[in-house]
Amino acid sequence: MNSPHVPQTARIVERVQESDDIFTLRLRFNDAAVQDSYSFAPGQFNMVYLPGAGEVPISISSDPEERTNFAHTIRAVGRITHGIAQLKPGDEVGLRGPYGRGWPLAEAEGKDVFIVTGGLGCAPVMAVIHYVLKRRERFRRLIILQGVKHSHDLIWRASYERWAQVPDTQVLLAANSTEALWPWHVGSPIDLVAQAEFEPAHAISMICGPEGMMVAAAKALKARGMNEADIHVSLERNMQCALGLCGHCQLGGHFVCKDGPVFSYPEVKALLERGGL
Amino acid sequence: MPKHFLPHSALQSLIDVLAGQGYAVIAPQARNGSIVYEEARQADELPWGVSLNQAAGSSRTHQDGHSRCFAWANGPQALKPLVFAPSEPLWRIARTESGFAVEVDEMPKRPLAVIGVRACDLAALAIQDRHFLGGPHPDPHYGARREDMLLVAVNCTHPASTCFCASTGDGPEARSGFDLALTELDDGFIAQAGSPAGERLLAALPLQEAQSEKIEAAAAGVRRAAESQTRAIPGTNLRDALMARLDHGRWQEVGERCLACGNCTMVCPTCFCHAEVEQPGLDGSDSLHIREWDSCFGERHGYIHGKQLRPEISQRYRQWLTHKLASWHDQFGRSGCVGCGRCIAWCPVGIDITEEATALLK
Amino acid sequence: MSRPRIAVHKFASCDGCQLAFLNAGESLVTLAQRVDILHFAEAGWIDQFAEVDIAFVEGSISTEHDIERIRAVRASARYLVTLGVCATAGGLQALRNGVKESASWVADIYASPQYIECLPESRPISAHVKVDLEIWGCPVTTEQVLGATASLLNGVTPANPGEPVCVECKRRGYTCVAVTQNAPCMGPVTRTGCGALCPGVGRACYGCFGPAELPNAAAMAEHFEQSGLSRRDVARRFLFITSTAQPFADIGQRYKEQDD
Repeated sequence: MNSPHVPQTARIVERVQESDDIFTLRLRFNDAAVQDSYSFAPGQFNMVYLPGAGEVPISISSDPEERTNFAHTIRAVGRITHGIAQLKPGDEVGLRGPYGRGWPLAEAEGKDVFIVTGGLGCAPVMAVIHYVLKRRERFRRLIILQGVKHSHDLIWRASYERWAQVPDTQVLLAANSTEALWPWHVGSPIDLVAQAEFEPAHAISMICGPEGMMVAAAKALKARGMNEADIHVSLERNMQCALGLCGHCQLGGHFVCKDGPVFSYPEVKALLERGGL
Repeated sequence: MPKHFLPHSALQSLIDVLAGQGYAVIAPQARNGSIVYEEARQADELPWGVSLNQAAGSSRTHQDGHSRCFAWANGPQALKPLVFAPSEPLWRIARTESGFAVEVDEMPKRPLAVIGVRACDLAALAIQDRHFLGGPHPDPHYGARREDMLLVAVNCTHPASTCFCASTGDGPEARSGFDLALTELDDGFIAQAGSPAGERLLAALPLQEAQSEKIEAAAAGVRRAAESQTRAIPGTNLRDALMARLDHGRWQEVGERCLACGNCTMVCPTCFCHAEVEQPGLDGSDSLHIREWDSCFGERHGYIHGKQLRPEISQRYRQWLTHKLASWHDQFGRSGCVGCGRCIAWCPVGIDITEEATALLK
Repeated sequence: MSRPRIAVHKFASCDGCQLAFLNAGESLVTLAQRVDILHFAEAGWIDQFAEVDIAFVEGSISTEHDIERIRAVRASARYLVTLGVCATAGGLQALRNGVKESASWVADIYASPQYIECLPESRPISAHVKVDLEIWGCPVTTEQVLGATASLLNGVTPANPGEPVCVECKRRGYTCVAVTQNAPCMGPVTRTGCGALCPGVGRACYGCFGPAELPNAAAMAEHFEQSGLSRRDVARRFLFITSTAQPFADIGQRYKEQDD
């Protein structure tokens, strides 16, 4: 029986510990034909299956043009991700995907791109950052605003420092609490929206992080003069099937797994601002 | 479609013909104070002479000695568990030397014929068909059960006090989606085919000519069933009205009465939510991945790593009601309520969706 | 790689939860092939404080000696799982908690009460040491225990849903005893795991698996009273096998006091 529920096996080709509880897995489907035909858009996700434990939705953090493998950056927070954290290169997982609607990258061409992320929200937009930097000429300014709870949660620190040197690119980092020698902002990332140098009327924003942070960021961007329709958010819900069937990821009439996870802000604004839905 | 008369004495022929065509025949039976749909081989297994009294939070059957076998509205479940299994394996893995292999069980091929499907359940089935089969990823498990299913509708002539299908527009008369439709009289049924399979079935049955007074009596019975309904949903599209009332005080109030037990979602013929669960084998060599009915009243529904999106009962009730009556319109172009009244009868504390919706509109 | 080591300990209890292992049939053989069972007195292995990966603990803490022993068990175990409501919530024996005259019961019951040394209250394991996983039930089922064990052997925390009995009851197609018989069924507020055992045989759930994840005990109690139960009987529904578990404890006490 042909079933969309069933994962393919994939092997871990590389594992990088990014911080105490964050790690990146590079993966490749065992079946070469599956790997060859596999492509994704930044912002989409896979269902990752840990044998004997279950599946968990994880966004794809690598560049979509790397076709020999792809990456998931994962924080060990739940029972399954803690289990996945124990895996080593050579181990097998199950994978199905990609699922959902990714970031509106075609729409972003010719515009300033303003990326706001909080916590591990950086993983779903990491693919966007790579995408824009590789095709730098197609976009105008790139603003990368990243907030973390504690400075040691900031992963890819060297990357941020490198990106800050790229022309027309501004990197703004904030941590609520920090270790010594944190050269960036202490406090909320929302404070930094005011420092961004961009043209609000010709910009597109992509936000990913906790819902409260996304709502606050959208408000701050609107206050800078951005159109709500140019603000996009990536939502997180309890996706169990990723096929729009199990119903766990619903937000209002949306199935986040297939109608999202990326939404334009007006599509979900009323529901997000309220909470408890 | 021409109408025929099928005497009660020929009900056994209907079962036999269906069984002869290879169907497992499912029919209503009186059990434990209610009506359940189970496999039947004999017509006398049906609830002859049984009446069903349902009210908010209450259901009782009585043996009244009348001559009918469909003189009741509905039981807690009818079609839903037959197509959307309460619990079933999706796939399994077996460990190999290099990792593991994924296997999928073939679906057993045994088509079901269901006798006694109500109009509300046909309307609900059409929604579930669309949900499980109409999207970009049709569900093969649901599809395999649904594909060869034969449906014998029986128009409702004895609605319960909890019924309100007339107000949702889904009953009491079955209008589409059936192979054969029956309307019961004291001595038999007015029968009408709804599909080529239904035509073939009729051709194999010992039918009598349907006299016009019988046809009229059957129609009157269905008409009375609509007229006698005392509950009503206050409008077939409450989408905007409810979404404008997400802060209504009634949510809190109903949250104090609601047990969060999930019974309303389990008996609802349109509720489709399910959870996926892993069942690892003890010896470590295999593991089973199943899905099972889940409820938006339960903790798994609104859980994302370490956080509960809807920690309060009032929020869970609001999620259920606004999905059923409001956001359902965005997803399916209609309300998710077919007026079967099950959520009212099978709520242990008798919370009434028509009453709550009405109060919320105030 | 050495095999995982497990121990099964007993404190104040009826031994019924350990039977989840002993009644496992062939699965017990499978388990014994996959792990080393170092301590399981009821099955014959005795090495109380051996270092183990998983310690399963049945029973509540009822004596001073229990307190010392559970600390030693905790110190020798990487992962500690409580088995059943005695270990998880104090059990039936916690009915004596807070009852002033309970000390005199000993003299009424035992011929030589001077040999009985017990604490004034029966407390759950978590009152004394850190517990990694609590499995509710009276008794727990073989499926629960072996399912949790299989997950742990796969390196992951077992899923331990607190969904109400009603959901499982409906999945199994059982007819609701509350709705058809007006039975005072605790299913709506009680955690499943039993497979809806009692409603499956036409009986009301009596709450032996403890509170569900989000139980509306106040509304349940009010419903029982409206259905004809006396306040005392309502209290008894909640103050029974899991009498110390919240919110059952508070609701039960409220109905008990209002009855007095």
